[in-house]
Amino acid sequence: MSRIVNISRRDFLKTGAMVGGGLILGFSIPGAAPGTPVKPKAPFSPNAFIRIGTDNIVTVIVNKSEMGQGVYTSLPMLIAEELECDWSKIRVEPAPVAPEYNHTEWGQLQGTGGSSSVRSTWDQFRKAGAAARMMLVKAAASNWQVSPDSCRAEKGYVINDGLNKRLNFGALAEKASRLSPPKEITLKGPGDFKVIGRPTRRLDTVDKVRGKALFGIDAKVEGMLVAVVSRAPVFGGKVKTFNDEKARKVAGVKHVVQVPSGVAVIAADFWSANKGRDSLEIEWDLGENAGLSTEDMRARYTGLAATAGIVAKKEGDAEKAFASAVRKLTAQYEVPYLAHATMEPLNCLVDLRKDSCEIWTGTQFQTVDRNNAASISGLEPEKVKIHTMFLGGGFGRRANPRSDFVSEAVHVAKALKKPVKVIWTREDDIHGGYYRPMWHDRISAGIDEKGMPVAWRHTIAGQSIIKGTLFEQGFIKDGIDKTSVEGAADIPYSIPNVYVDLHSTDVNVPVLWWRSVGHSHTAFVVESFMDELAHAAGKDPYEYRMALLDKHPRHRAVLEIAAKKAGWGTPLPKGHARGIAVHESFGSIVAQVAEVSVGKGGEVRVHNVVCAIDCGSVVNPATVKAQMESGIVFGLSATLFSEITFKGGRVEQSNFHDYEVARMKDMPGIDVHIMPGKEPPQGVGEPGVPPVAPAVCNAIFTLTGKRIRRLPIRAEELKA
Amino acid sequence: MYSLMINGKRQKVAVSPDTPLLWVIREHVGLTGTKFGCSKAQCGACTVLIDGRAERSCQTQVKDAVGKKITTIEGIPDNNPVKKAWISEDVPQCGYCQSGQMLQAVALLKAKPKPTEADIDEFMSGCICRCGTYQSIRKAIHIAAGMSSKGGGK
Ligand code: FES
Ligand code: FES
Repeated sequence: MSRIVNISRRDFLKTGAMVGGGLILGFSIPGAAPGTPVKPKAPFSPNAFIRIGTDNIVTVIVNKSEMGQGVYTSLPMLIAEELECDWSKIRVEPAPVAPEYNHTEWGQLQGTGGSSSVRSTWDQFRKAGAAARMMLVKAAASNWQVSPDSCRAEKGYVINDGLNKRLNFGALAEKASRLSPPKEITLKGPGDFKVIGRPTRRLDTVDKVRGKALFGIDAKVEGMLVAVVSRAPVFGGKVKTFNDEKARKVAGVKHVVQVPSGVAVIAADFWSANKGRDSLEIEWDLGENAGLSTEDMRARYTGLAATAGIVAKKEGDAEKAFASAVRKLTAQYEVPYLAHATMEPLNCLVDLRKDSCEIWTGTQFQTVDRNNAASISGLEPEKVKIHTMFLGGGFGRRANPRSDFVSEAVHVAKALKKPVKVIWTREDDIHGGYYRPMWHDRISAGIDEKGMPVAWRHTIAGQSIIKGTLFEQGFIKDGIDKTSVEGAADIPYSIPNVYVDLHSTDVNVPVLWWRSVGHSHTAFVVESFMDELAHAAGKDPYEYRMALLDKHPRHRAVLEIAAKKAGWGTPLPKGHARGIAVHESFGSIVAQVAEVSVGKGGEVRVHNVVCAIDCGSVVNPATVKAQMESGIVFGLSATLFSEITFKGGRVEQSNFHDYEVARMKDMPGIDVHIMPGKEPPQGVGEPGVPPVAPAVCNAIFTLTGKRIRRLPIRAEELKA
Repeated sequence: MYSLMINGKRQKVAVSPDTPLLWVIREHVGLTGTKFGCSKAQCGACTVLIDGRAERSCQTQVKDAVGKKITTIEGIPDNNPVKKAWISEDVPQCGYCQSGQMLQAVALLKAKPKPTEADIDEFMSGCICRCGTYQSIRKAIHIAAGMSSKGGGK
């Protein structure tokens, strides 16, 4: 691990050429069978991100995982903008693990998350493209014996207008490869963009529509076996004893091995392994969590949230302001544990040899997984190769500091000494932990005679995602896990006295970032409570927010667009109402207006969501729109349906019949408006999620007078 | 040994009779476009056409698939209106659910060449998309319906 050298953003051009050359040696791409070496005719590798072949094919090596968010298109767009290549000649290849591919903001880690892919490669990828272009231009100029300044690049050609000559990139690749990378690079200004800002079709669509895109679960190597693992029914439980006699008799079952996480049944195929697992007899030591129950936890958290925690934010003197306020409002909100439930259940294929380890999986955390695999297998990290496959959804679940699904597969492979793919069933996934934490929030405001807030107190209780991981140093300061209070300790509203505190609870349920992380609960609480204040003041919730956002013009702008496009204040069909919310996360600001009706049985129907986003510069508007839709649906699932609960230490849900998510019939019409921006681009994968829940619940209040303070919404609460 | 007709090709597989067609297609025949999502008829990722009807292959035992015409995503031609509409609408995000969605849509358009919004809700709600591509799917279905009717009302 200590051998990893962090290469700074500026250094990659120097070192990239060398590393880029080495990359040509076989590693596989999604879309080709794993293990198929890629042998392109690609003499020109100006840096770690680009390879240009004599056949004009431009291969972009992408160091971010494609999990639906469109990075296999938006990142190549950044390169294409500066490279001036022919877009139809672009091919994408996932990066192997190497320091050149480290995240530009995460230190010595290669990974995908925090809605940061475009933001963090914005300069890096454009520079990579520009450097390659300059070398191609120089190569052509020297061919023609003219100055490079008299040449230009366009659609995969270098052109000299004076000589009326042109050469394609393929023809120049050989020569360009002998040049040294430029020392200085000037990037285009936004006014000259040709690719950035245009709605661009995804490069991976055709393979995905043909069923040819390969996900982790599709990976295969010669002689591979399939394993399923029986894990403890309670978190922290351990195998006491087990009897595998019956399991071994199941046709197709070849091995049964014990691993730290449980007992693995290994067969020639999934079905046999799964049947074998059903026949295992295991006696578990359930450990300390055998009594865990959601009801107990709720009572405990409610009590905690009413006591003082560690201060996360203090501005002015809230206590004094409360004492002199005309009125005080207090409310308690809560949200449950949530599973990511990626459509592709977790899986990992490991081929562990004496002095090498190859892993095929859909991961967001290449370096972390590699290092964990290295320490389990006893190999140097450099001996561990990760082949990043397409991810059938990530949402944070495939970025685990503990690499659970990778580590376990390495353990199985180590015990077995054969290539093996561990496949999780949906039940394994729902029971598997690493949930969005359960949260309780107690929130109060002191109001002046005009109904405006003068004091704000927000106490949060829930588990820290970061505690005990390698991210502690970066994310936990003075006892505050930043991700627990994001969106709460930094509210945009002009309130003179603000006090936010946190109880980080010790519960033995594995938790993790879940699309939009802390914002997934803070936006619900803050934006619902703002609505409570507006109604208490007898003011329009939109106007009320606008008045308090005097220092945040970007918030005001998105709110205004969302309200205008939704026809805020205009009449609706009988039985419908609108709700509004705005929230900043991952550098972007999103406002949403939801139009809702409630049936006699209390069932909520979301008819429309109008969404406005300011994400700075827009690279691919088609992706921004898709990500807003995606985030809204993801947030709707959590608003209307999903929760993980415990009884007797066990998770009460198991599959999509009781861990419900939004389906076609639940789908509102979604209308997305993207603000034109000149600032560097910000996140889009997550920011669509946070405002949905409060927008929907605020609409329900307007409609029914009932305030939803607990998710998912329960029909009983809304019955006519 | 079971003999199956998949995408017009005869495939012989040696598996136990209760093996779900899903795993036969994926692991024994090697067509991985058909996906595993739940094994409980809850998600639709495993949807294939059996004698033209959309079926959950996780619920179909291999012994019951003998003698039937099975079509997976790989067996849908590129000029099929559903595939074309899916490409023109750029529907997939992660893409994992999409082969199931498309086969379900093919069956929908066969049953209802001009589906209403309610038809789409009813027919498509068995296929979960965690990426939330439902709006694009809905649009693509209407486009495919338009293509089919222009192409002679097939
Ligand atoms: S895997 Fe068959 S319906 Fe989900
Ligand atoms: S596209 Fe990802 S689950 Fe549907």
